Amino acid sequence: MGLFDKLKQGLKKTHENIFNKIDKLVNAKSDIDDDFLDNLEEILLSSDVGVNTTEKIIKNLKERVKEEKYERTDQLQAILRDELKKAFVSGNGEVKEPFKVDKKPYVIIVIGVNGVGKTTSIGKLAYNYKNAGYSVLIGAADTFRAAANEQLETWAKRSGTEIIQLSQGSDPSAVVYNTIQSGIAKGYDVVIIDTAGRLHTKVNLMEELSKINRVIQKQLPDAPHEVLLVLDATTGQNGMTQAREFSNSIPLTGLVLTKLDGTAKGGIVLKISSEMKIPVKYIGVGEQIDDLQVFDKESFVHALLED
Amino acid sequence: MFEDLSSKFDKVFKFIKGKGKVSEATIDEFLREVRRIMLDADVNYKVVKQFVDDVKQKALEKNVIRSINPGKIVIDTITAELVRLMGEKKTDIKFSNDVPSVIMMVGLQGSGKTTFSGKLAKYLKSRGKNPALAACDVYRPAAIDQLKTLGEQIDVAVYSDDSKDPVKIALAAVEFCKLNYKDTLIVDTAGRLAIDEEMMREVEQLKSKLNPAEILFVVDSMTGQDAVNTAKEFHDRLDFDGVILTKLDGDSRGGAALSIRAVVDKPVKFVGVGEKLDAIEPFYPDRMASRILGRGDIQSLVEKAATMLPEELDEKKIAKLEEKFKGNKFDFGDFLDQLQQIKKMGSLSSLMGMIPGVDRIMKGKEIDDKPLRQVEAVINSMTLKERTNPDIINGARRKRIAGGSGTSIQDVNRVIKQFYDMQKMIKTFKKGRGMNNMLRNMGLPPNFSLK
Repeated sequence: MGLFDKLKQGLKKTHENIFNKIDKLVNAKSDIDDDFLDNLEEILLSSDVGVNTTEKIIKNLKERVKEEKYERTDQLQAILRDELKKAFVSGNGEVKEPFKVDKKPYVIIVIGVNGVGKTTSIGKLAYNYKNAGYSVLIGAADTFRAAANEQLETWAKRSGTEIIQLSQGSDPSAVVYNTIQSGIAKGYDVVIIDTAGRLHTKVNLMEELSKINRVIQKQLPDAPHEVLLVLDATTGQNGMTQAREFSNSIPLTGLVLTKLDGTAKGGIVLKISSEMKIPVKYIGVGEQIDDLQVFDKESFVHALLED
Repeated sequence: MFEDLSSKFDKVFKFIKGKGKVSEATIDEFLREVRRIMLDADVNYKVVKQFVDDVKQKALEKNVIRSINPGKIVIDTITAELVRLMGEKKTDIKFSNDVPSVIMMVGLQGSGKTTFSGKLAKYLKSRGKNPALAACDVYRPAAIDQLKTLGEQIDVAVYSDDSKDPVKIALAAVEFCKLNYKDTLIVDTAGRLAIDEEMMREVEQLKSKLNPAEILFVVDSMTGQDAVNTAKEFHDRLDFDGVILTKLDGDSRGGAALSIRAVVDKPVKFVGVGEKLDAIEPFYPDRMASRILGRGDIQSLVEKAATMLPEELDEKKIAKLEEKFKGNKFDFGDFLDQLQQIKKMGSLSSLMGMIPGVDRIMKGKEIDDKPLRQVEAVINSMTLKERTNPDIINGARRKRIAGGSGTSIQDVNRVIKQFYDMQKMIKTFKKGRGMNNMLRNMGLPPNFSLK
């Protein structure tokens, strides 16, 4: 069982601090230690950043160091951090004023594959909008999964918001239609639509999402104002395919990265952000209703490198 | 399932196959490509590194550089290593002599424990067990309701109570089984993070109180590099017996399965391949390895057809069909029968996925079953007389059939043409050599038979 033992040993060392390895003082270096690069590669790959993006980051880092030179390791750190942050789209799409809306009703639709935490994230979003002083209506368009309605109902109760639901097995578009109608008629500030989890390879289910989008647009031409794709931080390279396929059904406005309270780093969002220019908006860090935070690339990069 | 990995392996294999003689540098170059493929498929970084090193060492030991067919040696080595890494043979679920035999499902949030518990109960029930389910996820809102609904759908009893204490519920469920002659208890537990000390202690306690015959670790097949950390942590605490790989009906991955196997050395026992409750399949490591290498899964397909035959196809029907073939009396009623037989074997996509090469052409896209359903609808809208005497279907009848089946006259025309084509094919059958000609056209050897 040689292979297994070696692997077990190897895993223990995975997340040592990358900067420990180069703590000696250096004078105006214009290249980077191979050990450092190997270590960096390992950290990025084992955080699900992916081969291509990792190679790109390392190449950029090498080029910048050639020009800018560095004297101390903290300067190299700063350059590296900066490179990593660049992967995240800046400006457009970033959350500047969290939980503030400028349209009424402000329609948010939440989508993603099965089990990523859509319903939980919706509960937390509703809670936050409610706390910001808005009236919130939730549409329970996951009519497929057993007891999805009951789960959402619990979250609606916890956040003190209203909910529109039909029985299990009914047409999700009908739920969406009713929710938007009621949102307009009763003057709700924020309308959040929950959808059933679906694998992006199911043509029919992806078609259903496009239909939901059309149903919304028919009633409110500028809606949905926010289309959030929920990604589980443990997701690997398949996350990229998910983002691509979902955005073919409804153009995405942002990502929600859930379950960051575990050991997974969610590095795949680095790749998605840099290749598809979709901002990460929120992160989920626990099962409590206030465990939703606005994404901050600074601390994300920090966590990626230093744990 | 593993389409991406297969098609990429194919490409590098072609590259190395073309080399008559290789240097160590060529092997390195090739293995770098293999490494990239495996990383893209979410195989763990460390596992990949070890795998590539092992393959290189073994290839060099076999004197690959001086051999006449270096490509073959490298490829054979990779295949053998991959099969070894996946675990060499299929492993079944264990049952204990206790009544009930307890099976405990554990894993992260959202990995698919509850759905899989339902699927497993249905699977065991269809194989002569008398299972019950215990709803021990007292944390996630409506988790208990979800399991109850699933239980109703498959007609399996679900034990739950309001005690909010998973250990109490599980122990009461054991008593419930004893009183109600249930031989197997599937315990659905809450999803938990491996670093949540309190929750991990709870599941350890469940284990020590229940003494389960089997603990199954459920993992989402889309999981990335973290799969090994979580699996290792759960394994250290619970020493689980097997792995369940869920959501394999998505596209292109599977690396997690490989990594977990390599790190904790426990077999994958089942895979989940869809949202319906019968979307559960045993895991065959050797077949999966050959699938990764692009050789398809003909064996599964043949088995699926074979297992279906005894219960689903009755002998009388076959005899009747043969009779009709002989007398050239194949009509629309038989056509409909045939369609329904095909449908019983599963969705077209899952059937196609088992044919070598098709995975790559399809690239994870689903085949639409709609045309099949349309044909069915058209035939269902025919009168019995029309079904046995298709020649009487004139323009007016076609119009009526189109209206009745919600299709267009063109659709009806197409179905009728397909039917006549099929009749013609049966005529060719009867001329003797026809069968072998047709097999050759399909790329199969003459005298090929499913049995």
